[in-house]
Amino acid sequence: MLGEIRQSRLLGLLCAIAGSLFLFSLLFGSQAIPVFQALQETFDDTSSVLALILTEVRLPRALIALFAGATLGLSGAAMQAMLRNPLASPGLIGSASGAALGAVIALYFGSAALSQFSLPIGGILGSLGATLLVYLLAGRNAGTLTLILAGVAINSLTLALISLLLNLAPSPYAVQEIVLWMMGSLSNSSMDNFWIMLPGTLLGWMLLLRVGRALDALTLGEETAQSMGIDLPRLRWRIFFAVALAVGSAVSVTGAIGFIGLVVPHMLRPFVGYQPGRLLAASALGGAILLLAADILVRLLPAQTEIKVGVVTALVGAPFFLYLIIKSRRYSQ
Amino acid sequence: MSLLRGTALSLAFENQPILEAVDIELDKGEMLGLIGPNGAGKSSLLRCLAGVIRTDSGVLHLGEQRLENIPHTERARRIAYLPQQTEVHWPLSVKRIIELGRIPHLEPWGKLSERDQQVIEGVIVDADLLPFRHRPFNTLSGGERARVLLARALAAEPEILLADEPVAALDPAHQLDVMEMLAVHCSQGNAVIVVLHDLRLAAHFCQRLQLLQQGCTLAAGKPGEVLTPDNLESAYQIHLPDTQSAIDTLLNITWSRIKK
Repeated sequence: MLGEIRQSRLLGLLCAIAGSLFLFSLLFGSQAIPVFQALQETFDDTSSVLALILTEVRLPRALIALFAGATLGLSGAAMQAMLRNPLASPGLIGSASGAALGAVIALYFGSAALSQFSLPIGGILGSLGATLLVYLLAGRNAGTLTLILAGVAINSLTLALISLLLNLAPSPYAVQEIVLWMMGSLSNSSMDNFWIMLPGTLLGWMLLLRVGRALDALTLGEETAQSMGIDLPRLRWRIFFAVALAVGSAVSVTGAIGFIGLVVPHMLRPFVGYQPGRLLAASALGGAILLLAADILVRLLPAQTEIKVGVVTALVGAPFFLYLIIKSRRYSQ
Repeated sequence: MSLLRGTALSLAFENQPILEAVDIELDKGEMLGLIGPNGAGKSSLLRCLAGVIRTDSGVLHLGEQRLENIPHTERARRIAYLPQQTEVHWPLSVKRIIELGRIPHLEPWGKLSERDQQVIEGVIVDADLLPFRHRPFNTLSGGERARVLLARALAAEPEILLADEPVAALDPAHQLDVMEMLAVHCSQGNAVIVVLHDLRLAAHFCQRLQLLQQGCTLAAGKPGEVLTPDNLESAYQIHLPDTQSAIDTLLNITWSRIKK
């Protein structure tokens, strides 16, 4: 069986893979471009077509894949550790569906057409709102099960509201726009999109990367963690806020991208000796790798309409998750 | 000057009193046994002392300081708590679990120092866990698990260890092993409060016992003074013949561990 790897070596390896995929992502597209020439032209500040493709099309797409993937991987690892539940995902506390609702409201009322900022801001507000609702619903000293149930309830409510908006949509175009957005995609990403998602994701990362030790302590249960000096209500609040902010920022730019937050922590857990704190950084890099790879795959697939990356991650993620379940079932026997 | 002192500790849950004006005192080098029937409030008292829950009223002192005025991490360095049932949620290795015990001593971003490593190696040897150090926790037997969790608590080098039924579900030899580890911890100038249901172990290993009943202290003092036929009848609803031989049987353990 695959075993534990030293942390510095693992992170180095993951960084190298993520870096290569990032460069790869700049290379591949509908138009094969000579990268060195494009780079040179970019630095020469000639606004040539090649330089424009690189800086205005390829670069934002790769950057957004990197940041959104890392956000999903990191949030998934933090959620699974906090709830001590291997089925937890970043969406569990309502952040993803809340972001979707906020973004859909922005699309629905057409304000997205007025300003490119209204969609992501709607997404972030929706994410924070839904998460806050879950938090308040579950109560300050909620047990894990109550939190999960509150998350399930709010998730169904937001999905119902999205369906309602689709149902009442004035034109089929609006419906199509919303449905396509909800599939999750990185095409049509601009640098502006990237700048919009950057502050929220960075702040979320900073908050999440600092809770590693507290999450380690939680391995031994809530009471033991508290006796070890962990302020549990504060920890929970911090993780909720950070996940809502980071996932909300990412999802409102990319649309719903499933399974990365759920699957990546599982893939990497054996390599960090199952320690939740050490999993955080590794899982962030793993999420970036997976989303970059999926986005490259989407571009390489010969299809009339470009397949949405959210569809690919779900198509690849679901069978892989099944495989994990079957494998762990064999272990427990 | 006692190490830990609680005065008039009271706690209620939804108007049901759990603790009613309980006093408790712990001296350096002492092992105090908390005994009493199920639901007497032993575990709740231990949780209050560990800072996991707060009492509704009463005063807790750690040394000369009020317990609630001590920062969480400092408290965690001085008081370690071993709950009754600890679930370990991920299949961590034995060594990694014991490393978790050092968390209260680490700087926010710091790594395990040389000294941390020494302490960890030390408790691994003391708990006789050397052959298991790289085994995942979920593959261990009950006795091994109990020793790992105790070693985790001891790795914090606490002045006070609060152990809630650490020998429940262990065989006689492992019970002695665990009680022996607690006794060694006391002999190093620390103190232990241990919740026990086995009255003979309590009488044998503890210098003092405190018998709780329905949230109140029924008796406290030397084992011989607490484990009287009257007290046992009142607390546990069990009858002990008032003869010297019956009391001797209760107060002494006649078996001992064969050293490997």
